[in-house]
Amino acid sequence: MAREPLVGRSVPRVEDERLLRGNGRYVDDIAPAGCLEAAFLRSPHAHARIKAIDVSLARLMPGVHAIFTGADLHGQVEPMVFQIAKIVPPPVRESTGAWSRVHPMAALPTERATWVGQPLAVVIADDRYRAEDALELIELELEPLPAVVDPLDALAPGAPLLEPEWESNLALHYRFSNGDVDAVFDSAAVVVEEQFRSHRHIASPIETRGVVAQPDPYDGRLLVWSSTQTPHQLRDFLAGALRRSPETLHVRAPDVGGGFGPKGAIYPEELVISYVASALNTPVKWIEDRSEHFLATTHGREQVHTIALAADADGRFLALRDQITHNCGAFNILGLVVPYNSLTHLVGMYAIPAVDVEMRAVVTNTGVTAPYRGAGRPEAVFAMERIVDRVARRLGIDPGELRERNAIPPSALPYETGMIYRDGTRQVYDSGDYPELLRQARRLVSDEDWEARAGAGREVGIGYAAYVEGTGVGPFESASAQVIAGARVRVAVGSASQGQGHRTTLGQIAADALGVPLEAIEVVGGDTNAIATGFGTLASRSLVVGGNAVAKACAELRAQVVEAAAGLGFEVGADDPLPLGPMAALTPFNPGRPAGAPAVLRAQAEYYPGPVTYAAGVHAAVVAVDPRTGEVEILRYAIAHDCGRAVNPQIADGQVIGGTMQGIGGALFEELVYDDEGQLRTASFMDYLLPTASEMPEFRTAHVDVVSPLNPLGVKGLGEGGAIGPMAALANAVEGALAGHGVVVRSCPLTPDRVRALVRATEPPVPTAQETT
Amino acid sequence: MSEQLPIRLTVNGAELSAEVEPRLLLSDFIRHRAGLTGTHVGCEHGVCGACTVLVDGEPQRSCLVFAVQADGAEVETVEGLAAPGAELHALQQAFHEEHGMQCGFCTSGFLMTSAALLREHPHPSDAQLLDAISGNLCRCTGYQNIIRAVRSAEAKLAAQAGDGTPAAAPAGDADGA
Amino acid sequence: MKPAQFAYHAPTRLEELLQLLADGAGEARVLAGGQSLVPMMNFRLATPETLVDLRRVQALRELSVRAADGALLVGAGVTQARLLREPAVQAGFPLLAAGVAHVGHPQIRSRGTVCGSLAHSDPTAELPALALAHDARMTIARAPRRREFPPGSTNRTQPWNSQSERRELAADDFLVSYYETAVEPGELLEQVAFPPLPDGAGWSFRELARRHGDFALAGAIAVVAPGRHARLVLFGVGDRARRIASVEELLLRAPAADAVPGDAAALLEQIRTQVPALVAAAVNPSGDVHASADYRRELAGTLAVTAIAEALERAR
Repeated sequence: MAREPLVGRSVPRVEDERLLRGNGRYVDDIAPAGCLEAAFLRSPHAHARIKAIDVSLARLMPGVHAIFTGADLHGQVEPMVFQIAKIVPPPVRESTGAWSRVHPMAALPTERATWVGQPLAVVIADDRYRAEDALELIELELEPLPAVVDPLDALAPGAPLLEPEWESNLALHYRFSNGDVDAVFDSAAVVVEEQFRSHRHIASPIETRGVVAQPDPYDGRLLVWSSTQTPHQLRDFLAGALRRSPETLHVRAPDVGGGFGPKGAIYPEELVISYVASALNTPVKWIEDRSEHFLATTHGREQVHTIALAADADGRFLALRDQITHNCGAFNILGLVVPYNSLTHLVGMYAIPAVDVEMRAVVTNTGVTAPYRGAGRPEAVFAMERIVDRVARRLGIDPGELRERNAIPPSALPYETGMIYRDGTRQVYDSGDYPELLRQARRLVSDEDWEARAGAGREVGIGYAAYVEGTGVGPFESASAQVIAGARVRVAVGSASQGQGHRTTLGQIAADALGVPLEAIEVVGGDTNAIATGFGTLASRSLVVGGNAVAKACAELRAQVVEAAAGLGFEVGADDPLPLGPMAALTPFNPGRPAGAPAVLRAQAEYYPGPVTYAAGVHAAVVAVDPRTGEVEILRYAIAHDCGRAVNPQIADGQVIGGTMQGIGGALFEELVYDDEGQLRTASFMDYLLPTASEMPEFRTAHVDVVSPLNPLGVKGLGEGGAIGPMAALANAVEGALAGHGVVVRSCPLTPDRVRALVRATEPPVPTAQETT
Repeated sequence: MSEQLPIRLTVNGAELSAEVEPRLLLSDFIRHRAGLTGTHVGCEHGVCGACTVLVDGEPQRSCLVFAVQADGAEVETVEGLAAPGAELHALQQAFHEEHGMQCGFCTSGFLMTSAALLREHPHPSDAQLLDAISGNLCRCTGYQNIIRAVRSAEAKLAAQAGDGTPAAAPAGDADGA
Repeated sequence: MKPAQFAYHAPTRLEELLQLLADGAGEARVLAGGQSLVPMMNFRLATPETLVDLRRVQALRELSVRAADGALLVGAGVTQARLLREPAVQAGFPLLAAGVAHVGHPQIRSRGTVCGSLAHSDPTAELPALALAHDARMTIARAPRRREFPPGSTNRTQPWNSQSERRELAADDFLVSYYETAVEPGELLEQVAFPPLPDGAGWSFRELARRHGDFALAGAIAVVAPGRHARLVLFGVGDRARRIASVEELLLRAPAADAVPGDAAALLEQIRTQVPALVAAAVNPSGDVHASADYRRELAGTLAVTAIAEALERAR
């Protein structure tokens, strides 16, 4: 092109001004005339038989329009069946014997409640205040049943069964085996085995979920506004569950206040509100409150790994064994998605000849789990990178050095792991420079005297976490591009933004592909009427799959425009900017339109990616630990990463730092805690602690970006990467700091109490008051 | 129907009168009665700070104030920072330039908290700055660019005021013990 | 998360406010800053029938230093932010200023009141502990009434003043237990008086919270004038903030400022070795999702040692 490409430049975001002026449109800002508001009655028990739900008194309250229970929905709304949970691509089955089963979820159950917070009834009232008043008058008769909370307990003989028709709580199983692991373990110089627990988190976007369903009295269509990451999937799901054609549904995700995975799931509330609005023929709004969010929005991360790593005396990894137990919560809604990611991201950037991994995913009486930024990767990386540090400590080798010794060299790429990826293709690391990522991360933490900075009384540790991340998974994404009035091009995409800045980055891609300025591009997403198909924004895929779809559609549109321009007598060379002005004049209403010129200039493209492309990163955390109080301070947090070609470096860094901060939250502060009865003890921001600006460490970043050969733009996904490393890096750093005490960090978050308990366990008992006075 | 009380207050300089239930939260009043949806609600228990507005010049969580308590008050919301069509406020401009926002949901609260901070302390110490914005949660940015944005706005406002004080001001009254 | 209905009053005169509280027969609650009450109402954990808002009562906004004894008088309507902005506080009450700066964030302090935090009596809150460390005195007011005591009153021996409307309590008598003070239904904590620290006393405020601005896992306040005055207040480690008498006795034996350096070192060593056990024996923390009881007990001892050492240092 004649001009500088926009891709690769930190173009300021085009979406900002509207949001900065307070003119954003989030779901709760949608206020159709006459809109009623909903509040859900939720199960107070983790497992209970529903004996009766008496709404007669509540129904009489002034301002209450209707109350629906499961009985009212029975026969009207199909049970929710999560088809994706059943999908096992044949190559995956052949490779691992994987199977998955799922029981249907009634949007409002009639027989049993299986987790605290499960919706049981919905009140529709003039406003939310009155709806909540009415909730207090519903008489709910439940017969508590034994509940199971811990995933290991769920597998024990005699455990309460979530689904009585199943013989156990096992919902999904696979086993991957490569090489003779037992033989290697018998003969290796060192074998280290540990059990590590990845604890339960919640993504907690600052905007909770919300739905507004609005029937159109003119044509009977139903407009559903939802704070979803996947409007097209929601449309098709609702069509099935409500037994209507998808064409009669219009789903819009307006501005969405953060997603991070949970808003990619489909929820009972979306179905119930859509049904209720149709049944009452009036707009209905439900905005999840924070309390509901903790109980009823999907959780993530809970896995137990019993992992063992064998190495020779020089620290070369020889064999890896891991038995993973994964907690699905009350329903296995997404099947292989998260559990299988844990397999294909466990080994990471190391060459290990023999690997044996078994997964047991179980259902329990807890909130449903689903992808949360990283989706099975942070869990696996926590176990793997912890065991690597245990081996390093056993052998007396610096953990950074040990990682470099085992990293796959660039010369070995593309590198085939021997595993099958979740999309059914062979897993191949396409590009990257893992030793250089390690060197850069080590360099970023080697320029200070940390002991001096920590000061007396505190101990310093440096911890690493290395990972690869398959990004840009299919099946497809779609985009269209059309010349519109005002010499502009409207680009519609199936993958909307929840803050990632797609209007800017996809706009940059479109502008380059078309050869027009960014100002001439308008990107629309999150609207099933703007483009007929789409997959959604999740799994670090939008830039790879959506971005290439945009590039493809825009290249096609450019060809159309060039041809049409030629018909009008404009010669447009390959490197020339596109003359949009004359093109926009080709409207059917223009009486001066040359005969034969096209009336519409529009291109549509689907991009079907091949195998995923591999982003990678190495995190290095420097911590100071006070062994007397257990306080952990991060002195520096360094990130070396590879996101392929960065379309907008400022936005890319924003994704990496933001993801890392979420990971730091999980490593040090955040934990969803259920008690033995399945009551959630952390259902507010007073008890579930998100990190604030005061907890932000000093960050350093380095780019080792290797352009992907797998897609025309050379990009890799980067939405999730930052969140993958922190649990492992910080646990390694804290254990390193306390190495003199001989502690082993087996779980996070590393609260002062937990860290102090590790140290105290290694100290002589404290004398009692009587002994000292 | 429950008791309704008359209130009169100014929001972004405009006088508003309304009859409200005593329990109506100021956040709901601003959003659903005054129609100013730039103020967002994230937790309704006073932790996330998304609903932060200025009440008589001080940053407050509008989810922890009943509208009746704001009777007679001057309330400022994000919509008041820059008039429609006018140039962005220095803070808004800085959040844009420094990429101090992603999804935008928490942004209004950060802007209002920062506006109050820079009015009271035109050159806040690091401790003052962190103390102020730690009352707001952001789940997207990791905060680094928000801090940069507030510092950038500090310099912009100082330049607008013709104040020659360098942006990197010495620490003021530090945060306690 | 929307509050239940309630009746609301915002009188302009104190007498009217007190009468409304008295008329509320225990179902009326004072609304000051609301930073603790409103979240509980939004969760519907608190559903008062009536709220009596004190924001219009000018008389409750007093913030001044009493000439007679130099005590800082803080009326029920004074916010924590206003206290921190007050030059007399920054100059003359550094411990108070340091401690209140740990209360929440500016968005909370701009509305939350000093007296409201005291009356809420959260065992992990800073202000009740600061009140103990300062030997603060609370003035409790109520509407004139017949001379009878409500059932369950814990202060039957307290004399009412000439109008039978006010009584004054020391902080230690004011604080009762978890979320409980000596304020009876129908009463108002009208004012708190913080006497200045004794001349020559050093002070220290130490707390450990999981994040900046959070309620403390445990906290320690030390005020020491060697040989003359000693306060060690711990919070977050029991049903309320408490002074630790055994440690205070130890500190009263501290050598004076002009003592030979060796004595000071010996004292510090004594503190380091003895205080944790004395503290552990004196506190009764409970565990929650943030920290176990054992951790809090031990942390209180650690923070106490640090605070005492810092206070001694400042006393020199």
